[in-house]
Amino acid sequence: MANPGSLAVTVAGADAMSDSLAGPRGRRPQRSLSGRNIMIYGTLAIAALYYLLPLYVMVVTSLKGMPEIRLGNIFAPPVEITFEPWAKAWASACTGLNCDGLSRGFWNSVRITIPSTVISIAIASINGYALANWRFKGSEIFFTILIVGAFIPYQVMIYPIVIVLREMGIYGTLTGLIIVHTIFGMPILTLLFRNYFVSLPEELFKAARIDGAGFWTIYLKIMLPMSLPIFVVAMILQITGIWNDFLFGVVFTRPEYYPMTVQLNNIVNSVQGVKEYNVNMAATILTGSVPLFVYFVSGRLFVRGIAAGAVKG
Amino acid sequence: MSSSVSIRDLSLNFGAVSVLQHLDLEIADGEFLVLLGASGCGKSTLLNCIAGLLDISDGQIFIKGKNVTWEEPKDRGIGMVFQSYALYPQMTVEKNLSFGLQVAKVPQAEIDKRVARAAEILQIQPLLKRKPAELSGGQRQRVAIGRALVRDVDVFLFDEPLSNLDAKLRSELRVEIKRLHQSLKNTMIYVTHDQIEALTLADRIAVMKGGVIQQLADPMTIYGTPENLFVAGFIGSPSMNFFRGAIRQENGRSIVDVGGLAFDLSRYPARALLKAGQKVVLGVRPEHIRVDEPVEGFITHQAAVDIEEPMGADNLLWLNLAGQPISVRIAGQRRYAPKTPVTLGFDMATASLFDAETENRL
Repeated sequence: MANPGSLAVTVAGADAMSDSLAGPRGRRPQRSLSGRNIMIYGTLAIAALYYLLPLYVMVVTSLKGMPEIRLGNIFAPPVEITFEPWAKAWASACTGLNCDGLSRGFWNSVRITIPSTVISIAIASINGYALANWRFKGSEIFFTILIVGAFIPYQVMIYPIVIVLREMGIYGTLTGLIIVHTIFGMPILTLLFRNYFVSLPEELFKAARIDGAGFWTIYLKIMLPMSLPIFVVAMILQITGIWNDFLFGVVFTRPEYYPMTVQLNNIVNSVQGVKEYNVNMAATILTGSVPLFVYFVSGRLFVRGIAAGAVKG
Repeated sequence: MSSSVSIRDLSLNFGAVSVLQHLDLEIADGEFLVLLGASGCGKSTLLNCIAGLLDISDGQIFIKGKNVTWEEPKDRGIGMVFQSYALYPQMTVEKNLSFGLQVAKVPQAEIDKRVARAAEILQIQPLLKRKPAELSGGQRQRVAIGRALVRDVDVFLFDEPLSNLDAKLRSELRVEIKRLHQSLKNTMIYVTHDQIEALTLADRIAVMKGGVIQQLADPMTIYGTPENLFVAGFIGSPSMNFFRGAIRQENGRSIVDVGGLAFDLSRYPARALLKAGQKVVLGVRPEHIRVDEPVEGFITHQAAVDIEEPMGADNLLWLNLAGQPISVRIAGQRRYAPKTPVTLGFDMATASLFDAETENRL
């Protein structure tokens, strides 16, 4: 055979009519019940169940009365739904001497989280912007020091910070705790913002400089409006991080300023009296609901911002 | 001719790396100067230095007779257009144009006037309310030019402004930039790696390599009498044919001997005395070689066609001469089959001769 290629073409051509009618055409059919799909969805379902089951138990238990809980069927749905444990957890559960529930801790946590988040993000974004766009003498060294700061274990620094706060006269106050949260958020947030600003086209910054904009004008008018995703990421990191913080809350504040997490621990771990599982469950869900809410509201932006910030290092 | 931009003994180092060395450049008022070179040759760096976006290590920069070496970019009287357009994405076209003026606290009435004028010159009035994301590449670049236009500056700086556009749009905007220059008569400094842009737009071209200007001249001089081997090879597409050989003296005439083939240099306007035995490189542009067309005084050699590349208007022949491939540009309708023997005619008057060691023109 001199030319098998052309031969095949002729044969196919002779038979073209019937071939074009019989052969595959259009979109390839999708088999929904293939082995691969069963594997994927099966794994996903099991993983989802694994994470949802504890939540289910918590919700169900928190809606039961104590007599029903004592029967021991932790997976059974409540026979008689009661919201009393929730009310008690919020308003009248006892921690030590106080019996006004988690509400005090909630408001403490709000008063800690909001200023810490706002201040740390404001400072870190300006830091990141300066490090990315205004390379000053020693900026690389400054950046390295900041990053190293992220790797130093918290425990090492607790005692020195206690002394510093005491000397400043703000040990045990909300202000002291807010300052601590702001400082400890700085390395990771600065890194986040710097990487994001580095990923923005440099020519934009140059164009703004030619247009005569200075440090603050470029930051406020050019950079900020382009940086919503990374601000959302930083906000989520800070809100959840600070809200979930236990160690600093216990160490740096007095009982009347304890954040919600510390108070939750005190309720759940109280040794006197009967263990009220339903109240404990309700209190735990209440405490966790804020980060949960933040994730639900901003999850999409979060993923986008993380991806954007991670492009360049 | 008064000088618009004057660069004196400019050097720039990044740490130990020297990017620009003792560079001098005088640009006349209203001149269109193109900085041409491959990427990494320092042309964009030089432009950034003129703009004040990079701090220089040594030297001086004057714009309109004023020493701006230490001035901020905004105080230098320049406008700049970037390759990536660099439009502020969150602002409308109108805001993009007026941003610089608002920062400079120009009265609103004046801002409106200047924006309207720029929009009219560039024909972007219908786009004023749009955001950059809603514009095509060509429209974005027009807005970017407009941003330089409203600032009412003496000097325009273009940093590869057309490189992000497709070929058709690029040639259209090229003509527009040329027209803009003719009507505004501003000084323009234009960085590009595209030799067609350089040759078509420039009053003068500065060909750069390794942070040094290799040749500064008008396009025809650059093309016709390149100063050294680099410029000769960089300008022109397909590039100049080079033959390595040695000078030999015969009956008082200088002849380049290329692997046994003789090229008589009596018609070549040599600048210096050619010594026997000197190693040289002879450069001949593809369109300066005649195929089967006897012309008085041309040096002829026999060769065989290897392949042809028809390009419509032209036909590019590849042949073998003295053991190396050479290209010849002939009219598009003249076709040659492979292996056809032809007679090549070389015009030494249009050729270039370089010293093989210094690579400079002889």
